[in-house]
Amino acid sequence: MAASIRLLARRIVRDASRTINSSVSGRIVSSSCPSNLSACRCFSDGAADKSTHFGFETVSEGEKAERVYKVFESVAPKYDVMNDAMSLGVHRLWKDMLLHVMNPQPGICLLDVAGGTGDISFRFLDYVRSQQERVARRTARANQTPSWQEISTSYTTPTEGIEMETEARESRAVVCDINKEMLKVGKQKAESMGISSGLSWVVGDAEELPFDDDQFDVYTIAFGIRNVTHIDLALQEAVRVLKPGGRFMCLEFSKVTNPLLARLYDAYSFQMIPVLGEVIAGDWKSYQYLVESIRKFPDQETFKQMIEDAGLFSVRYHNLTGGVVALHSGFKL
Amino acid sequence: MCQPAHNIEMLRSLLFSSRRSTGRGAFMFEALCVRQQHHGVDHADGQYDGLYPGHIPTSPIQKALLAVGSGVAALQDPYRHDMVAVLGETTGHLALMTLRDRMRGDPEGYTILTERPRIRLSTLDLSKMASLPDGSFGRVYLRFLEDNRVTPDSRVNVKFVDNEELAYVMQRYREVHDLLHTLLGMPTNMLGEVAVKWFEAAQTGLPMCILGAALGPLRLSTSRLEPLVTSLGPWAVRNGRQARCVFSIFYERRWEQSLEDLREELNIEPPPLTITATSQKPH
Repeated sequence: MAASIRLLARRIVRDASRTINSSVSGRIVSSSCPSNLSACRCFSDGAADKSTHFGFETVSEGEKAERVYKVFESVAPKYDVMNDAMSLGVHRLWKDMLLHVMNPQPGICLLDVAGGTGDISFRFLDYVRSQQERVARRTARANQTPSWQEISTSYTTPTEGIEMETEARESRAVVCDINKEMLKVGKQKAESMGISSGLSWVVGDAEELPFDDDQFDVYTIAFGIRNVTHIDLALQEAVRVLKPGGRFMCLEFSKVTNPLLARLYDAYSFQMIPVLGEVIAGDWKSYQYLVESIRKFPDQETFKQMIEDAGLFSVRYHNLTGGVVALHSGFKL
Repeated sequence: MCQPAHNIEMLRSLLFSSRRSTGRGAFMFEALCVRQQHHGVDHADGQYDGLYPGHIPTSPIQKALLAVGSGVAALQDPYRHDMVAVLGETTGHLALMTLRDRMRGDPEGYTILTERPRIRLSTLDLSKMASLPDGSFGRVYLRFLEDNRVTPDSRVNVKFVDNEELAYVMQRYREVHDLLHTLLGMPTNMLGEVAVKWFEAAQTGLPMCILGAALGPLRLSTSRLEPLVTSLGPWAVRNGRQARCVFSIFYERRWEQSLEDLREELNIEPPPLTITATSQKPH
């Protein structure tokens, strides 16, 4: 109960500071604003004083969100090309593994947070469609040699039974990202792939999602949670929007266990990746931030603790590529 | 109508360099290119790590990788001026040192190294330059900018040179490039650029110029190759060798000087051919 009151208070402060920002930007200033301004300034000052890390730099929390936004605004057009170049295509295998572990059934609702260019959502829709096709093929094969019993029942009952069921359970994927440029790239990809139904694009902050409670069957966040300023808030939001029985899945860069591999990985990260960023995307600093932010993210066990603290159960993780990437999963009960 | 790559670079780098300049030009272009601002994460005003604003310290391995990568990228797409710039910075250490020493030896060059002038749209008094008599260096330069639709602000800032003075020399080299076009009477089409590159390679010995001079002709059609090989090329190389160091000239104080006078002073012959500036379309 204390937690929900805290959350409510936080939301009120955030809403009030948002009205202040909107009034400062020159829109209609109501007479009540000055009092709000003085009341809430003390709350927002606290946030500005606390510091956090931006890669290896120390910045204020307010500044971090803004700088992360600028990084992704700048890398958005070349994001997919760079992913392929930096991981030599292996990121596709990681994302495929996420879907394989998720094993979604047709009809479930996915929330892909920090989904940006939509990689996870596209894979999700593909997976679900291929599942549906498999089921349809199986039923078609079964219908080819029906027994006398089946023929007689099909005469008496309506035949659209199976199709109606799958239509009613249409799977949906919602891609949520704080950055409009990344969503724009994702939308263009969707258009070029010809995907029109089952996908929606929403601008939103992982620390404060624009969705009601208990909405989604699966919540995924792939390579996004390390850019969030307050990871615990993002985890709490995940718990809030998941249905009871829903699954939280997080794909993120983590600590490599093998020391030799760790040295190679570090050398590759710090020498090669910013160079690739400069040559392919013309942006050294964003990719320097990327490799530094990976080092600042907590390791597998610590992150597992954080997920358990947020209120998820049966939390486990799989190490992929020797610990370069870890897939954490937990359930809301 | 496509914009030349020059203008796009101009818009980009103006955003970085215009923080300190307050001229009309800066306002005009900032309003136009908010969309272009995605290029690169900008540090807060006045803060930078490294030896100069925009400096990114790099290890030798990174420099080697950058040199190879930018070389490949520049060959694949010669309109990627940032890649040409990076190639120049990572490979040009020795040549920059020689150039810096040459500048130091010349009294005017020494003044440039101490005063560190920058050629930018905001620092040029365009109306005054337009009122100069025809045939004066400033007037011809202005006409060159208009005819070729370029601006002096299109140069990428130096990032990977690990010495503050050499970084300035590199920046000066980039900014003087357009003035060289004017001095040599070459437009900014492919043929003109190759001719200027040959001159620069002979003058500076920068590996990037030599590479550009060697590979540039490969992209020329045979009709253009012929004048290059027969008259323009030898003229450019000869003048590059015999001319005074063009980077030691304080151009900003010589707008009123007549172009012929300046050429004589620098020991540069006028061009053997006049090439007209054709509209260029980056493909």
